[in-house]
Amino acid sequence: MNKNLKEQVIRSSGVNVLKCMRCGKCSATCPSYDEMEYHPHQFVYMVEKGDIETLMKSDSIYKCLTCFACVDRCPRGVEPARVVEAVRLAAIRQQGGNHLKPTDIPGMLDEDLPQQAIVTAFRKYAK
Amino acid sequence: MQRIGVFVCHCGTNIAATVDVKAVAEALGHEPGVVISQDYQYMCSESGQELVKNAIREQKLTGVVICSCSPRMHENTFRKAAASAGLNPYLVEIANIREQCSWIHKEVANATDKAIILGKAAVAKVHLNTPLNSMESPVVKRALVIGGGIAGIQTALDIAEAGFDVDIVEKQPTIGGKMAQIDKTFPTLDCAACILTPKMVEASQNERITIHSFSEVEDVKGFVGNFTVKIRKKARFVDETKCTGCGLCTEKCPMKKVPNEFNLGLDNRSAIYIPFAQAVPKVATIDPNYCMMMKTGKCGVCSKVCSVGAIDYKQQDTIIEQQYGAIVVATGFNPINLDKYDEFAYNQCPDVVTSLELERLMNAAGPNGGTLLRPSDKSHPHTIVFVQCVGSRCDDEKGKPYCSKICCMYTAKHAMLIREKYPDTEVYVFYIDVRTPGKNFDEFYRRAVEQYNVHYIKGMVGKVTPKSDGKIDVQASDLLANEQLHIDADMVVLAAAIEPDKTARPLATMLTTQMDTNDFFTEAHPKLRPVESATAGIFLSGACQGPKDIPETVAQGSAAAAKAIGLLCKNSITCNPCVAHSDELMCNGCSSCEKVCPYGAITYIDKEFRMPDRTTKVRRVASVNPAVCQGCGACTVACPSGAMDLNGFSNSQIMAEVDAICK
Amino acid sequence: MQVNENFEPVIVAFCCNWCSYAGADLSGTNRLNYPSNVKIIRVPCSCRVNPMFILRAFQKGADGVIICGCHPGDCHYTSGNYFTRRRITLLYSMLDFLGIERNRTRLEWVSAAEGAKFAATMEQFTADVKALGPNRRLEDLRCRKQ
Repeated sequence: MNKNLKEQVIRSSGVNVLKCMRCGKCSATCPSYDEMEYHPHQFVYMVEKGDIETLMKSDSIYKCLTCFACVDRCPRGVEPARVVEAVRLAAIRQQGGNHLKPTDIPGMLDEDLPQQAIVTAFRKYAK
Repeated sequence: MQRIGVFVCHCGTNIAATVDVKAVAEALGHEPGVVISQDYQYMCSESGQELVKNAIREQKLTGVVICSCSPRMHENTFRKAAASAGLNPYLVEIANIREQCSWIHKEVANATDKAIILGKAAVAKVHLNTPLNSMESPVVKRALVIGGGIAGIQTALDIAEAGFDVDIVEKQPTIGGKMAQIDKTFPTLDCAACILTPKMVEASQNERITIHSFSEVEDVKGFVGNFTVKIRKKARFVDETKCTGCGLCTEKCPMKKVPNEFNLGLDNRSAIYIPFAQAVPKVATIDPNYCMMMKTGKCGVCSKVCSVGAIDYKQQDTIIEQQYGAIVVATGFNPINLDKYDEFAYNQCPDVVTSLELERLMNAAGPNGGTLLRPSDKSHPHTIVFVQCVGSRCDDEKGKPYCSKICCMYTAKHAMLIREKYPDTEVYVFYIDVRTPGKNFDEFYRRAVEQYNVHYIKGMVGKVTPKSDGKIDVQASDLLANEQLHIDADMVVLAAAIEPDKTARPLATMLTTQMDTNDFFTEAHPKLRPVESATAGIFLSGACQGPKDIPETVAQGSAAAAKAIGLLCKNSITCNPCVAHSDELMCNGCSSCEKVCPYGAITYIDKEFRMPDRTTKVRRVASVNPAVCQGCGACTVACPSGAMDLNGFSNSQIMAEVDAICK
Repeated sequence: MQVNENFEPVIVAFCCNWCSYAGADLSGTNRLNYPSNVKIIRVPCSCRVNPMFILRAFQKGADGVIICGCHPGDCHYTSGNYFTRRRITLLYSMLDFLGIERNRTRLEWVSAAEGAKFAATMEQFTADVKALGPNRRLEDLRCRKQ
């Protein structure tokens, strides 16, 4: 368990994973369920456990469509998509250093970089 | 001139070990107005009290200060002693020199100094004490029960049994409430109507019970023991006293396309209707929104067929005004509206129903005569999916944050009944947690799983999609198997959260009772006073206080009745005299005090005052009802002109204490 | 200003009858020591405490005033302590205006079960007021002890 990573993910997502009562409605509603190795409810649970490196290594972070269906349907307001996004961000930051300026991003664009990650990064930094 | 007696208690060594009691008595003896200052081993003992009583008589004391233990311990003892010696009990003050002095300090000098200061503060206060007399307020020997469901019926029956008159106000045309709509009850699976309808009949036949059906509470005034309530009897366009409930009018009525609210709109009724066969009172009601006579003036069939001439198209609402000593609120609950839950397709597909609708679909008196059929094509469903916690335990604005408590059990009941009656049906229950605390409850749920082979799946349903072939695709999580399921269902049943009835909120305002953020009535103490509201004379029965099943509702209904009977038994009630009062000459009628009063004890009256130039002037001044005021003092601080003051804790008394401590 | 080691502050505590006064009694029953500088005045509810009482105490030479009430939501009179909270917040801005240190006035929630909290709070408050030194700002010199 990596405590710093857990804190970073929780901070950047702004999600209180302890609110989850494990009903699984996020995964029940997820359109990319079959594509994902770890599903939205597992993201929430694994972040709570601090098992974040496993998630970072998994392809699941790029399979999330960020459709926010889970955010909309969650009865507890946990917002699993934000957790996925935070893990995705943690993975990207680790690879490319921690501090990016929005203006620098276009210059760093890589053919192989998933479109999803670019959109997410823009959303994160455009605030 | 005040003549004050000071009595310092040793409390054995409890006080005397750390406080020099002789020095305290000596020092306080020099305070202004003190005529006698004594110390004694045990002041609370029989002989100690005798000492105080004798001093009151012999010295003609006008005030008593006891330096002893906490007033929470023995204030009443000494007040009683003073009263028996002829001194007003509210002229006694206690200086707490045990719990708040001798027991916490170790140095004698320190503790003695503090005890003297505490004693001086009490002497300063008692100088300003005024004799207070407890008011007596008469009790009207009649109770009002608002709501005629099982909770209200039980409460009314119990109060009537004790020999008091009770009125039930019910807003529907019949009493019975939600329980009348339920098919079977858990965990015994006995028929709800079989146990409810005899009680309804009992209530209607009890000569001490008056049922005001199709009526609503319009206004409540007054206070404990003496409420004045206005009840609006809505026009049902049928003379209740004449109608025999034969039902001929409902058969002959040509307007038969009115959604039947008793069957939750699953079938239709006529414009003149009796909600169900065992309705109490069994009297027809005309729905003016659908009646052709009322809308177009052409028809009048019902009045022609009625042999007793009970139909009256010109009937008006009437207002009844009645006095009550106690009011019991039993307004009950409703399932929440599921319009905002798009994912369950409740509004798109007739085969997605709520649990209460399923009760009607399975009921022998329901739209299908007891055969479970899909509402859409009246075919027999082979796969039924139950979804629990729909809207319960929801943090967002769509649902309710609490657990609705009854859903786990009634879902198990439904699943079991369906498997029993139609063994070829597959039943799935999606749950987050199964909560079955209660007598024989968990056994009941396990029976559904083990004996009836109901598929309980841990996980929530995410999406319900009606398909073109009439089936319903249910997409859900199976969390324990870690997979996403798709079930081809024929019917989906949603266990909708329950919420307090919408009429409860305006009623709470009228009754000046508190509600929580979910609109459930707040009890006076969550553990020790569960059936009383914080407002004296208002009691709570049933699900208006929180989600409850039938046994709990009945238990609470009887408990509320017991509390109401306890009040009605008294001829008058003694009020705490330490209440607020307003100096009319200083009051400027600004309403500040009224706004902060949690009990609605303050009203405004127009009063005539003589002016210095011999003219009279009418001014608006605050008036505190001492029977309602509980003496918190919030108004005294809010009052900008200093007119409001609190008996026993007046501004000048507290100021005197402050001065004595600071000097 | 020099700190006088022997300075013994006068502290007035307003305790609500239902929670904090009972909490104070409990700290006595449990023999939990706290400074004798604290003198308690019993009021039915913390909302009975008029800000005037607090100013009066400072005028008469008190060095600190503490108001104790039931925890929010636990008020015997349902909403009294919420009024107190608002009134004391407003009083703070007035005390700022008068130049009286905020630390001389405190609002604390103490339940009937929190004897230990009551003692600890009084200990801490007395220490804080001691560190502030005597109240000179609002004190009426005519009221000063001889």
